Amino acid sequence: MLDIINLSKTFNQGTDYEISIFSNFNIHINKGECTAILGANGCGKSTLFNIISGFLMQEKGIIKLNGKNINGLKENERAKFIGRVHQNPSAGVSPSLTILENISLSDKKCQKFTLRKLIRKNKIEAYKEILRTLDLGLETKLDTEVKYLSGGQRQSLSLLMATMNKPQLLLLDEHTAALDPKTSRLVMEKTQELIKTQNITTMMISHNARDALMYSDRIIMLDKGEIILDLRKGQITEKELLNIYNSRNYGSPLTEAV
Amino acid sequence: MNTLILTSIEQGLIFSVLAIGVIITIKILDFADMSVEGTFPMGAFIFAKFITTGFSPIISTLLTFILGTLAGLLTYTLNIKLRIRALLSGILTATILYSANLRLNGRSNIGLTSYDSIFDGFRPVIVLILIVLAVKILMDLFLRTEVGYLLIATGDNETLVKSLGENSNKYKLIGLMLSNGLVSLSGALMAQYQGFSEISMGTGIIVVAIASIIVGDTVLRNSKILKMTTRAIMGALIYKFIGALAIDLGLAPTDLKAINAAIVIIFLSYNTFSPVKMRKARKIKAVEGVKC
Repeated sequence: MLDIINLSKTFNQGTDYEISIFSNFNIHINKGECTAILGANGCGKSTLFNIISGFLMQEKGIIKLNGKNINGLKENERAKFIGRVHQNPSAGVSPSLTILENISLSDKKCQKFTLRKLIRKNKIEAYKEILRTLDLGLETKLDTEVKYLSGGQRQSLSLLMATMNKPQLLLLDEHTAALDPKTSRLVMEKTQELIKTQNITTMMISHNARDALMYSDRIIMLDKGEIILDLRKGQITEKELLNIYNSRNYGSPLTEAV
Repeated sequence: MNTLILTSIEQGLIFSVLAIGVIITIKILDFADMSVEGTFPMGAFIFAKFITTGFSPIISTLLTFILGTLAGLLTYTLNIKLRIRALLSGILTATILYSANLRLNGRSNIGLTSYDSIFDGFRPVIVLILIVLAVKILMDLFLRTEVGYLLIATGDNETLVKSLGENSNKYKLIGLMLSNGLVSLSGALMAQYQGFSEISMGTGIIVVAIASIIVGDTVLRNSKILKMTTRAIMGALIYKFIGALAIDLGLAPTDLKAINAAIVIIFLSYNTFSPVKMRKARKIKAVEGVKC
């Protein structure tokens, strides 16, 4: 599915602040699986996502998606097969547009945008149906501007929009970190539902050991740009995971789920 | 007094085309485009060039829109391709246009009264209403298209536009070109209305545009039905009328630019310190006090 081969990435190259995040990093992600990526701040999780999505370019290494080299594709071109949900609930939506307008935009994702009217009356029912699956009552608020929604509602909408055209790979970048524990649980469950029913290959950055164990098929822990742990679900308990994490990363324990 | 009202309406209509143009950059794209200061006189000078060469007034006016879009292309190139900050890019474009405008006709002031204009044979106010309506309707229709919505989304959240598979820079280019085209058109209308093109007519014009937008947003703040473009038109009319009133009450026409700035300052402070808002703020404080 996703192969990263001999990846190297250095920030601030040639200055006193030069810092190498990855050198000759390799990873293979299996099709249809949800892979959790754990690690302390600065271990390279977000950099990895930024490189996969094309937001950052690597110095060396090949990114292959389904056997196809995507190195030469720009961020917006990769969006055709890679969906991403960010930590900030506002990053995946257009806050000053309404729910209906946001959904209509994402429905046109990766097609040609033309001078035809965006809002199609005949699609509204279908959109309502999709929104109903979120169970948040958003289907009755189609004409509400997204900026008036709560963080959880906005994040659920982002998730829906990112998965609407079934991406080949979904990147979840700590997408529940900005939410309160209850909403976070809710959004995690919706996420699970969406990716399992559509069988979307997912990579999920998380700081929550219980979430990682509960929702993913494989757990990878990074430290200083290297994989220090790569286990299948059930091969490790929450306590063991926390112990490993804490012994490696001084002073930044993995938050326990509430 | 009657001529005062009529003149305010006519000039207000001309400035509403300007304001609709500036809305695209400042409100929709969140791009402080200062190039307007050069594009407005550019429209007047391009019109002068074509009309003195023998083109019809309608063709000359349309050409000011088309060539005006090139100013947007220049600002885009400076900002996106050469990575110069937005504000500086606009100022640089305006500076280049200042020289270009002078070079175009070789003079800083061109009288146009002896040439045809689009107002010939009609009352200017009628012609202007038709033009403003056409601009407003076309703009409203455009903003409802797929491309139009992507323009709004680009100003709102570029990450989203990229995640939709689109290059957000493309929409910045469209916005900048459209905006400068409209501003140039507005300059051409002004030149025909006042009967001359003059190099300093762009000085402070960005303040006029922003004043119109802010006045429109302030006065009609509570109306949900009104579109952005309608607000801009109403704002330009009200703003122009306040300025005319100030002069009618005894201020010198040379004070006009200071009055423009004063209107912006007063309306902005009203938005921040309006009695309604202050009351609400006090209420919130009181409630919080109870909680503590």
